[in-house]
Amino acid sequence: MSSLSGPEIERLIQLLGKLPGLGPRSARRAVLHLVKKKQTLLEPLAVAMADAAEKAVICTTCGNVDTQDPCMICIDPRREPKSLCVVEDVGDLWALERAGAHKGRYHVLGGTLSALDGIGPEDLTIGSLLERASGDEIVEVILATNATVDGQTTAHYITDRLATTGVSVTRLAHGVPVGGELDYLDDGTLAAAMKSRRPV
Amino acid sequence: MEWRDEGVVLSVKSHGETSAIVELFTSEHGRHAGLVRGGASRRMKPVLQPGNTVSATWRARLPDHLGNFTIDLGRARAGILMDDPLSLAGLSGACAVVSALPERERHTALYEAFIVLLDTLEEVDVWPAVFVRFELGLLQELGFGLDLTKCAATGKTDDLIYVSPKTGRAVSREAGEPYEKRLYRLPPFLVGGRVTAAEPEDVADGLRLTGHFLERYLFGPFHGRLPDARYRLIDRLSNAANAKTLGAQ
Repeated sequence: MSSLSGPEIERLIQLLGKLPGLGPRSARRAVLHLVKKKQTLLEPLAVAMADAAEKAVICTTCGNVDTQDPCMICIDPRREPKSLCVVEDVGDLWALERAGAHKGRYHVLGGTLSALDGIGPEDLTIGSLLERASGDEIVEVILATNATVDGQTTAHYITDRLATTGVSVTRLAHGVPVGGELDYLDDGTLAAAMKSRRPV
Repeated sequence: MEWRDEGVVLSVKSHGETSAIVELFTSEHGRHAGLVRGGASRRMKPVLQPGNTVSATWRARLPDHLGNFTIDLGRARAGILMDDPLSLAGLSGACAVVSALPERERHTALYEAFIVLLDTLEEVDVWPAVFVRFELGLLQELGFGLDLTKCAATGKTDDLIYVSPKTGRAVSREAGEPYEKRLYRLPPFLVGGRVTAAEPEDVADGLRLTGHFLERYLFGPFHGRLPDARYRLIDRLSNAANAKTLGAQ
């Protein structure tokens, strides 16, 4: 099929189509919208993307994505320095920040241990986590890995490795979500919630 | 093509943004993969955790296609075992070892043994020995069974305490002593189908024994080495045994 527009626009469609949530059709619609609003949308977007491409870096301390290294969270003096929250991915860090649930600092692992995908401890940032936890500042490490088999296997592995550092290791609770009705919960969550019940 | 079967989730690999390629160990169709549409959704993620028993319907136009699975949860084990590092290591190790089975080959007896193993994972004093027996069963099922009934050298059926790494046959104390360093120790709980308590060192001997033959016959030729999950399981069992010994002192 011959292309409907010039190679520059086709390339833009092709690239946008690779983004999560966008397929070729929705990318074409997005590009059409951008081109129609060239001055108010396309040009500012191009500038913003060029800026982000130039400045975005991975924080060498925690693994967060920011425009400076160390990132804003790592250098923020108002952050609780004694508490370190370990997450699988930057998306998890952003979710916790959105909820305002953690006032300390973070450590992004960059994934989980996975036998299937051949991801071992050396592929994650566990070494730098141990270094950070061995410092004098950290008192508590909160393991906020996902409640999946791989996530919890990683959490147990890290717990073992942190045993020698003397820091207190905690993990997120598993159970009934806020607003969750028992009737609609999956069996695994219900069983985990029942197992982790606590006195009131 | 369509069939319906019961199976256990072995692994899940995301496919695109919303789907997942799920590998099951099924009762009648063996290790079988298929695409689960919506497998990455919030509703399906808890279902598609390794170790969960599911009811699966597989559909494809031709038998050798990957096909699509429609999956309903049968028994959720992953959520229950997640808290206990040892049980979780056992679950991951068991799922990893089963991945040595050839695809789409029926192994109903082994499937039943797998279910027994998964169901005992909460009983910490029992399952490590069951795990070793399961691995022996896996070797047997695939044609690499060990002969632990009589001594390969003398034919004696008692005092069997070694296994030859070459032949996989038991060796008695008397015949094996000169070659002790080259032989594997045969833990008592594996002799003659007896159900005896397995001490941590017996389990370690058993895992060493089955590990050698699994690597030699099943994993070595295809994957090069045993799965990492199995190595982590051995580490964890050994740490647990050390902690128990220290606690007793």
